[in-house]
Amino acid sequence: MSDFEPKIIGFLCNWCSYAGADLTGVSRIQYPTNLRVIRVMCSGRVDPPLPLSFLAEGADGVMITGCHIGDCHYIDGNLYAKRKFGLLERLVEKAGLERGRVMLEWVSASEGQKFADVVTGFIEMIREMGPTPAATDPEIRLNLRVAQEAAEAYRLRAIVGKEEKLEKKGNVYGDKLSQEELEKIMDDAVELEYTRNKIKLLLKEPMSVKELAKKLGIDSKVVLEHIVVLRQRGWVDLHEVRDHSPLYKTMEVA
Amino acid sequence: MSDEPRVGVFVCHCGINIGGYLDVPDVVKYAETMPGVAYAEANLYTCSSDGLQKIKEAIKKHSLNRVVVASCTPRTHETLFQGACEEAGLNKYLFEMANIRDQCSWVHMHERDKATQKAKDLVRMAVAKARLLTPEEEPEIDIQPVGMVIGGGVSGLTAALSLANQGFKVHLVEREVRLGGYLNELDRLFPNNARAEDVTGPLIQQVKEAPEITVHLNSTVTDVKGFIGNFDTEVTTGEKTQPLNVGTIIVATGANYLNPKGFYGYGEVEGIVTQLELGGLIKEHKVGDAKTVVMIQCVGARTAERPYCSRICCSEAMKNATLLLEEDPRREVHILYRDLQTYGLEYTALELDAKRKGVKLIKYEAERPPVVTKGEKGPVVKVFSPLMGEELTIEADMVVLSAPLIPNEDNKKLSQLLKVPLNQDGFFLEAHVKLRPLDFATDGVYICGTAHSPKEVAESLAQARGAASRAGIPMAKGRLRTAAITSVVDETKCSGCGTCIELCSYNAITKNERGLAQVTSAVCKGCGVCGASCPERAITMRHFTNEELEAQGLAAIKEA
Repeated sequence: MSDFEPKIIGFLCNWCSYAGADLTGVSRIQYPTNLRVIRVMCSGRVDPPLPLSFLAEGADGVMITGCHIGDCHYIDGNLYAKRKFGLLERLVEKAGLERGRVMLEWVSASEGQKFADVVTGFIEMIREMGPTPAATDPEIRLNLRVAQEAAEAYRLRAIVGKEEKLEKKGNVYGDKLSQEELEKIMDDAVELEYTRNKIKLLLKEPMSVKELAKKLGIDSKVVLEHIVVLRQRGWVDLHEVRDHSPLYKTMEVA
Repeated sequence: MSDEPRVGVFVCHCGINIGGYLDVPDVVKYAETMPGVAYAEANLYTCSSDGLQKIKEAIKKHSLNRVVVASCTPRTHETLFQGACEEAGLNKYLFEMANIRDQCSWVHMHERDKATQKAKDLVRMAVAKARLLTPEEEPEIDIQPVGMVIGGGVSGLTAALSLANQGFKVHLVEREVRLGGYLNELDRLFPNNARAEDVTGPLIQQVKEAPEITVHLNSTVTDVKGFIGNFDTEVTTGEKTQPLNVGTIIVATGANYLNPKGFYGYGEVEGIVTQLELGGLIKEHKVGDAKTVVMIQCVGARTAERPYCSRICCSEAMKNATLLLEEDPRREVHILYRDLQTYGLEYTALELDAKRKGVKLIKYEAERPPVVTKGEKGPVVKVFSPLMGEELTIEADMVVLSAPLIPNEDNKKLSQLLKVPLNQDGFFLEAHVKLRPLDFATDGVYICGTAHSPKEVAESLAQARGAASRAGIPMAKGRLRTAAITSVVDETKCSGCGTCIELCSYNAITKNERGLAQVTSAVCKGCGVCGASCPERAITMRHFTNEELEAQGLAAIKEA
């Protein structure tokens, strides 16, 4: 494992973390060479489909760094970064990767040493985990694409977009949701949307509910419920009936 | 312009800063093979006028429609290179940087091959993004012609006056109950022994009389929001808090003086004082019949804990030594030093004058510092002189410690409020030591005086006037072209759900008459939160589009 050089991608916010990383250089503090940096204006800009796409393509780890809570250059962009990261972590795990392959940290413009420590620590952790299974396991790669699709679809994005408000200001009825209630909502929604997107992807080949249930390892009754929703959304339709068993297929989008 | 990308790549040696730690010619050779790259070259300094000229020539000669510079950080140099592109007729948003110095050669100084590989990857990522870049237009914003100066010491007073003289309103915020800062505690100032009160007195008078300047005493800045042109700040005076809207901010919060408690028996042995205390004693003619005075330099400075040179202490010691001898020429004054830092013409003259008047200079080594003990009639100093190769014993009447200026304790708090960095020592760090010495990397915030680093009064005054000039530029112009990095809504995708409207911290997004989201570009600050959250993925962040960021990341993982 000693010759394993992890491929790490880092999203750095322009105002704090990227400046902190520059200060690491100005101070000549040394750290391993594995990090490849993408500069973004705010950590809240990091849309979960992006890191998921990099993980699917073989990145061993993705780190996101932003201003400390309360110090965001854009007032509260990092709070939204935190919400999005919650979705990202869940989807990474659903796809069968370790949660630790993605990391969110706060590094200010004056924390040159901290930046070096954060990068070094993350690289060491990924080294211990070993190369990403996505590089060798097509199933995981497919799962990551499913996760990416789920993160691109309306429902999860709408929930993540509203989380901050639901916790701090309340919903349209004025009810505030606790962190635990929100966690539960997110967990359930991720479970549902991930499974539905996986069905969508699997049904590029026509398949019966029974076959789907076997592939997904879940009850065929649950699969049928998903099929009903997916048909309502116009994503999946009946393909043909073979041996008294209906086969479903994902709708081709022109 | 043809849509086919023709990228020009310019790889900077930065003298030896990059070229000394990674293989620049190899990076250039590699860049030439990248898809879309029409031209690549190496420069000794791409940011020199020669280097900028080469970019401009190459744009014309090779019909380049994208430019990538692989050098230092976009935080300091992007604007400069974008300017060169614009001069050659290329929209500045068709430019991209690869940070192969601050985030590569300087942090991988002992791994030449790996650093070279990383530089190639970073260039590949930048080229991948550059291929997708599109030209953008910049909206204009108004600049509030009001400056804020934080700190009412000699630097802050000078900066505030200078802004007022340029015709701008100024809010001067001082933490203490009186103006004057650290100079209030000093008597004579080197090199010409001017009285400190003769320097601060007139300044304070002028500041108080200037109708443009509002002085907030006993006040601190407790909140800062917004950007150059429109900073929404909050100044707290006692229990009272008031909002102040200003266009620019100058940091002039000064420094502190290290209390040398624990060094050389200070506070324990009778007859040991600091240079600051000695200044007071000289002023009040209280040195009395102290005949033998020993000054010790670098007390708590240039150590592992505080590695920097405090810069002013050698000249301060020369000045005080000379004053002591002028008061009573029969005195014996020794200065125990590590390296004499009486730099420049005036301070060298000061040193020569002190020597002429009989000051004795004794060098000591950091590894064998002097030892001060309590003697029968006063402190006894033992010091090993490496030049004489022997230990000297001096029975002193008074020992004077030269302690360094140290950063203010609340620098960290202010740095976080203003989103500007501190260096490793805890002083405020400018955007670039040579190119932007008075600016912070954050537009509209400037630095002067000892908040930046230990320095003497004349240097602080020069810096203060410089910072005020820098702050005056955008305020005099009144309007500023802002970055085009804003979000834009695709109305064919927007469902009018309003998520972005709730998320935007600047109220830059509203619903239009069709019930769909609409961005006001001049108000949008370009964070990208809305785009990254839009359920319909209907919002694009200019210059940081999903496609650009994805291409950049994928280029990091895979070649071509």
